[in-house]
Amino acid sequence: MAHVTLIGNLRQFTGGVTEIEVAASNVHQLFARLGEKYPALLPHLQTGSAVAIDGQIYQDALFQEIGPDSDVHILPQIAGG
Amino acid sequence: MQEKVKDGQSSEFQVVGTRPLRPDGADKVTGRAKFGADFSLPGQLVGKVLRSPYPHARIKSIDASAALKLPGVKAVVCRDDFVEQSSEFIPAGEMMINYRDVVRNVMAREKVLYEGHPVAAVAATTAALAKEALRLIKVEYQVLPHVIDVVEAMRPDAPLLHEDMFTAGVEPAPKTPSNVAKRLEIGHGDIAAGFKQAELVIEREFTTKPVHQGYIEPHACVASVSEDGQADVWVSTQGHWVVRAHCARLLGWDIGKVRVTAAEIGGGFGGKTVVYLEPIALALSKKARRPVKMVMTREEVFKASGPTSGAHVRVKIGAKKDGRIVAAEAELKYQAGAFAGSPVQPGAMCAYAPYDIENVKVIGYDVVTNRPKVAAYRAPGGPISEFGVESVLDEIAAKLGIDPIELRLKNAAKQGTKAAYGPKFGPIGMVETLEAAKAHAHWRTPLGKHQGRGVASGFWFNIGGETSVSLSLNEDGTLSLTAGTPDIGGLRASLCMMAAEELGVPLDKIRVQIGDTGQLGYNFLTGGSRSTFSSGMATVEAARDVMKEACKRAAKLWELPDDAVEYNNGGVRPAGPNAGKHAPMTLKEIAGIAGKTGGPIVGYARINAAGAAPSLATHIADVEVDPETGKVSVIRYTAIQDAGRAIHPSYVEGQYQGGVAQGIGWALNEEYIYGDDGKLQNPGFLDYRVPVASDLPMIDTVIIEVPNPRHPYGVRGVGETPIVPPMAAIANAVANATGVRFTDLPMSPPRVLKALDEARAKGSAKL
Repeated sequence: MAHVTLIGNLRQFTGGVTEIEVAASNVHQLFARLGEKYPALLPHLQTGSAVAIDGQIYQDALFQEIGPDSDVHILPQIAGG
Repeated sequence: MQEKVKDGQSSEFQVVGTRPLRPDGADKVTGRAKFGADFSLPGQLVGKVLRSPYPHARIKSIDASAALKLPGVKAVVCRDDFVEQSSEFIPAGEMMINYRDVVRNVMAREKVLYEGHPVAAVAATTAALAKEALRLIKVEYQVLPHVIDVVEAMRPDAPLLHEDMFTAGVEPAPKTPSNVAKRLEIGHGDIAAGFKQAELVIEREFTTKPVHQGYIEPHACVASVSEDGQADVWVSTQGHWVVRAHCARLLGWDIGKVRVTAAEIGGGFGGKTVVYLEPIALALSKKARRPVKMVMTREEVFKASGPTSGAHVRVKIGAKKDGRIVAAEAELKYQAGAFAGSPVQPGAMCAYAPYDIENVKVIGYDVVTNRPKVAAYRAPGGPISEFGVESVLDEIAAKLGIDPIELRLKNAAKQGTKAAYGPKFGPIGMVETLEAAKAHAHWRTPLGKHQGRGVASGFWFNIGGETSVSLSLNEDGTLSLTAGTPDIGGLRASLCMMAAEELGVPLDKIRVQIGDTGQLGYNFLTGGSRSTFSSGMATVEAARDVMKEACKRAAKLWELPDDAVEYNNGGVRPAGPNAGKHAPMTLKEIAGIAGKTGGPIVGYARINAAGAAPSLATHIADVEVDPETGKVSVIRYTAIQDAGRAIHPSYVEGQYQGGVAQGIGWALNEEYIYGDDGKLQNPGFLDYRVPVASDLPMIDTVIIEVPNPRHPYGVRGVGETPIVPPMAAIANAVANATGVRFTDLPMSPPRVLKALDEARAKGSAKL
């Protein structure tokens, strides 16, 4: 199971839960599983979130693979100037 | 040639890392380069914008009838010409923006929210007629109280900008609207427990003022809409696909009907990642049935484009006597301007990012005020928060009697460190930049009278993103590379070099152009220090595509399997057991027979570039303070930063120097000055003081290379990190010189002199 940590304000859509174990082999599945458990969270995952998998940040990468023991963080998207 | 690492393997580079003449140089210095205002079309009209004279007012009516009657006036547009947008957040230059706000920023609807906010626009046959037409447009306003300052705007009794703004991120959700769009919080560990362990705690408050990116080239565009609805825009922009998307959305048109061409750009730094004139020019052109050209004046750039936030920052850091940081907290209040969306989120994530700290908590507030809506500015949010943090670290070092570089080394983030914003870092160069600073001659050079030295570090994430390129092998063996990220700092040179390195062909056989939105798949904008990383990654992929196809063509000719032919040294040859059976063919020879062997050879890459890695920096600044005038002169500056791999070192050095120059301006002189009437008093470079060449010493640079393992050449973005350390480096140097800690920027002469006089009265000044 991937260990998922929600960063920032996302906790307000999970009743305060910030760390969750999720079985998912890619980001698309991760969002789907989290959305099933916390429906209010889903729109905020689909728009405006980046996913860090074992330290590497991915943005808009729905099919990026997640390993069975991956350390995953969901954080706000970053752009820049 | 030096041994380098490519694709994780040792390699010797022929081209990458060298310093060929910049291909864009001749056009830029001779005036041949076409910038946004250099385009003209036959029959074009001049477009001008009517802007609000008030910082806050309700629009009661707009009457353009008199303007429309003026001969030579061909069109007038206002709020009704743009499609109302529902609330929808999209990624933009620095953080999420809401289309409902974008359409209102482009053209006011219910209210004007800052002096300079567009209310209407005209297209006329001459500039004089356009200006006259603006005077004839009657707008009835109900003037409202305004609020400029971020802390003032957070008060419950502050004038309210948006009746439907209820602070997000607060539980329970507030029932009363306010000017606070959002509260956010990041961190890990137990901050209270951390501070209990601390043997020294320092807490300080800082303020920074809104500053402008200061690009020399104003916003400019030409728009042309034909009778069948096909639209073309030529524009100075950092992202022409973003311009296309915003314009189509705001006007209710199909994206495919709009083609945008990026002009050469005279500076952007984040400020040209959004739209201002383009949707207006298109709307005018459609109505007038003629092309429309619009160019902002300098005053309009200052009043009505997107400066960065002013802010109030509180930093509290606890450390052990040996210098180990055990707790770090910050509260950031950033003003977003008229609509939500300051860079407080990245500011919060960056604040402590260079350090390995067990207990961290950062709270941020996104606050609206009656100023122009902020846009991205080079590492958005980072310079402000890191100014506070790096200043407090300097105080901690001084109080503990520890060298400030040693203090940072003791706490430096490394590979495997859990970042303040959550994930663990891969390989990063924080320690390397600190060690280089410690070893640099600058750090050991004695100082003179009234001089001081400061050091500060800095961090920016860097991004990848959607990127498309195409690489055509021309019939004579030359190559045409079309990329989609506007060149704002040497991209064409670095792409040419990476392609040449891959293909083994001379640089002058590859021409790089930036294609328009009709020529390539989607490209996200040039920002986030992404273009050399992302377009470079795509170029390498496209080049390998060409090489693979060249091998296939030769294999067909030689009647060998595809994998029996290898690419080598600018050509193809049989490999393995077939080696020597056929004479090698050059790429030129393959190009000559491409048509007969299957068609044109074109390499493509269409990727969402992943694997961007942060860039860390450490800067050293020496200043001299004039005790009689308070003027702070920067007398020596060294910028040390990790580039991963410097494709063209001169351009990388240029990015370091440019970021430093802007950071120095932010530290010492630049600020938006408002009167009590909420109007900007210094909308021009005479009174908005940016550093000029005579203000600055030569900025020395050191390129550190800790390769990014996720890029074929190890590239890290470099454009943004260099603006992060200067404010604190300068403030720390001034503190060292004067004995006075400045927590309010800018440190302009009147402020410095006043503070020196106060310190002298207390006996605490060093000069």
